[in-house]
Amino acid sequence: MKPIFMTYTRGDLINLAILLIVGVVVIPMTVSSGYWYTSILIPWLCLALATIGQQIIMGYTGQLALGAAGFMAAGAFACFNLILRVPGIPFVAALLISGLIAAAFGILFGLPSLRVRGIYLMVATLASQFFIIWMIDKFGWFKNYDSSGIITAQDIVIMGKPFTSPVEMYLVIVAVVTPMTLIAMNMARGSTGRNWMSVRDMDIAAESMGVSLLKTKLQAFAISSFYCGVAGALFAFTYLKSLEPVAFDIKLSFKVLFMVILGGLGTINGAFIGAAFILLFPVLLNYIGNNVFHGAIDATIISAIEQVVFGVLMIIFMIYEPLGMAKLWETIKIKIAGLFSKK
Amino acid sequence: MADQILFFIEVVVGGLLAGTMYSLVALGFVLIYKASATFNFSQGAMVFFAVLAFVGFMQDFNVPFVLAFFLAVFLMIIVGLCTERLVLRPLMNQSEDTLLMATIGLGYVLEGLAQAMWGVEVRRLDLGIKDFPIPWIADNLKLFISAIDLTAGIVAFGMIIGLTLLFKYTKMGLGLRAVADDAGAASSIGIPLKHIMLLVWSAAGVVALVAGMMWGARAGVQFALVDLALKALPVLIIGGFSSIPGAIIGGLLIGAVEKVLEVYIGPFFGGAIEGWAPYVLAIFFLLYRPEGLFGEKIIRRV
Repeated sequence: MKPIFMTYTRGDLINLAILLIVGVVVIPMTVSSGYWYTSILIPWLCLALATIGQQIIMGYTGQLALGAAGFMAAGAFACFNLILRVPGIPFVAALLISGLIAAAFGILFGLPSLRVRGIYLMVATLASQFFIIWMIDKFGWFKNYDSSGIITAQDIVIMGKPFTSPVEMYLVIVAVVTPMTLIAMNMARGSTGRNWMSVRDMDIAAESMGVSLLKTKLQAFAISSFYCGVAGALFAFTYLKSLEPVAFDIKLSFKVLFMVILGGLGTINGAFIGAAFILLFPVLLNYIGNNVFHGAIDATIISAIEQVVFGVLMIIFMIYEPLGMAKLWETIKIKIAGLFSKK
Repeated sequence: MADQILFFIEVVVGGLLAGTMYSLVALGFVLIYKASATFNFSQGAMVFFAVLAFVGFMQDFNVPFVLAFFLAVFLMIIVGLCTERLVLRPLMNQSEDTLLMATIGLGYVLEGLAQAMWGVEVRRLDLGIKDFPIPWIADNLKLFISAIDLTAGIVAFGMIIGLTLLFKYTKMGLGLRAVADDAGAASSIGIPLKHIMLLVWSAAGVVALVAGMMWGARAGVQFALVDLALKALPVLIIGGFSSIPGAIIGGLLIGAVEKVLEVYIGPFFGGAIEGWAPYVLAIFFLLYRPEGLFGEKIIRRV
């Protein structure tokens, strides 16, 4: 797979400025319905952040890891406990520390990657998925000895101001996701990212060129799970508004994996495209089910169809466009630009 | 004291017999890996798909047992055919990771199709074998061993012997091994690649069906089968991906170890450690012996 190297031109900066203006000013001013925030924008950005994490380990470093949801759970419960047990801790600090805790788990479960690859590594990372969820579930301390199993997440309070309405929470997420995305993009195109990609493309060759496999792989695991941890904390505090280990089961890990693959391996914008697709497609399918067939199709059938479509798309992308929708989007852009330049 | 030893033996035997079910699932993986060097992540989904179709034929269409079995086998052959034609052939000569991801997609397709066709509710599967201790063994040896576990063990054992003989001593088996070693070289000396692939995927489908019937008779035919089947992955790591005896011994080992851990250590941690114990065991194996007990050592070159 050829990496897509990105360079920042003036056009990119203008695009970024436009995106930021749309994200921070236009959307909060025009979209007033809570549905858009709570069901689409908030989960989209949270999952896109987790997908960037998965993208770093899988798309850039080429390590087939399947435990994103485990690290998300680690981040979410770390954040819950920090706010609960450390009085007066700022939310952002709690968020960052929970990311670091998730990163520690990432390093621990990334250790097998030094010996194994491919499906072997996938099994090793599955251990992290099952172990972290089990640990949170079985040790009452993590859940503050709550017997109901579902804990309500605390309100987000920043500088004494509570951020509880959908718009406010959305803005918090944008404020976290934007810098983290930019940092990820910079890492990916800098020496860090080139080390990752050299390990992905041929680890033995990379090692003989002087790239330390130990450092590069563990660094990628740490950064990846840091992103997943922060994403998990945001996901629990803004979208789920509760903390339950079941929400972070292996299905979520697969979902994030699908977002990476459909979005495009080794692209940061692919993470956003993939997350949007995986999130919006079921919404669309439900809409068709309700409005075209007027509920004649059972909801379970619809979710089964959704699964089939995701699976088929995954195979099709693997066959025809392993770089996913991000590459498709680039191709379309170039085609359109070509149409205009001919005139 | 004697009671404790008996109990320990009972736990181990129960674990070993449950482990044969993991072995059955792992066997499907090994078959496909041996012939096409593809990690078929969808084996668990195939188990679910096959047995749900089998139960569906019996319960929704009142098809008799034997006919339903053959219909399900036929269905699995079609699945194998479609997989070979639509997934594997276009992806020939791609990297292992690409193929693995494609089979994850295939697994999703099979799970979705099965649920769309037959619904999502848990179905009971009655094979006429009870999940009760066998009286004769309980009376004479003072061991409580479930009849269905024992049946599964015997069936698994039979399939293993059959498949090992097939691989070792038939011309077809030789062809399979040749294809696994080097598909290009094998096809250049006239081994029909397509037929081999079709055969092997169908065989994996039948193995999946049998595994699903055993699991289903025990725990009901439901989606959770897919997650259970995931445990075949640590089994493969312990046994080695390309070894049929490895799949069996890995399965037995995982079954016994997870039961012993669950019974003797689990209570200290609130139980349910069998959910992750096999994977952690697999990690230790990976650190010590990455190619598994019986796998071939793979040497990578630049």
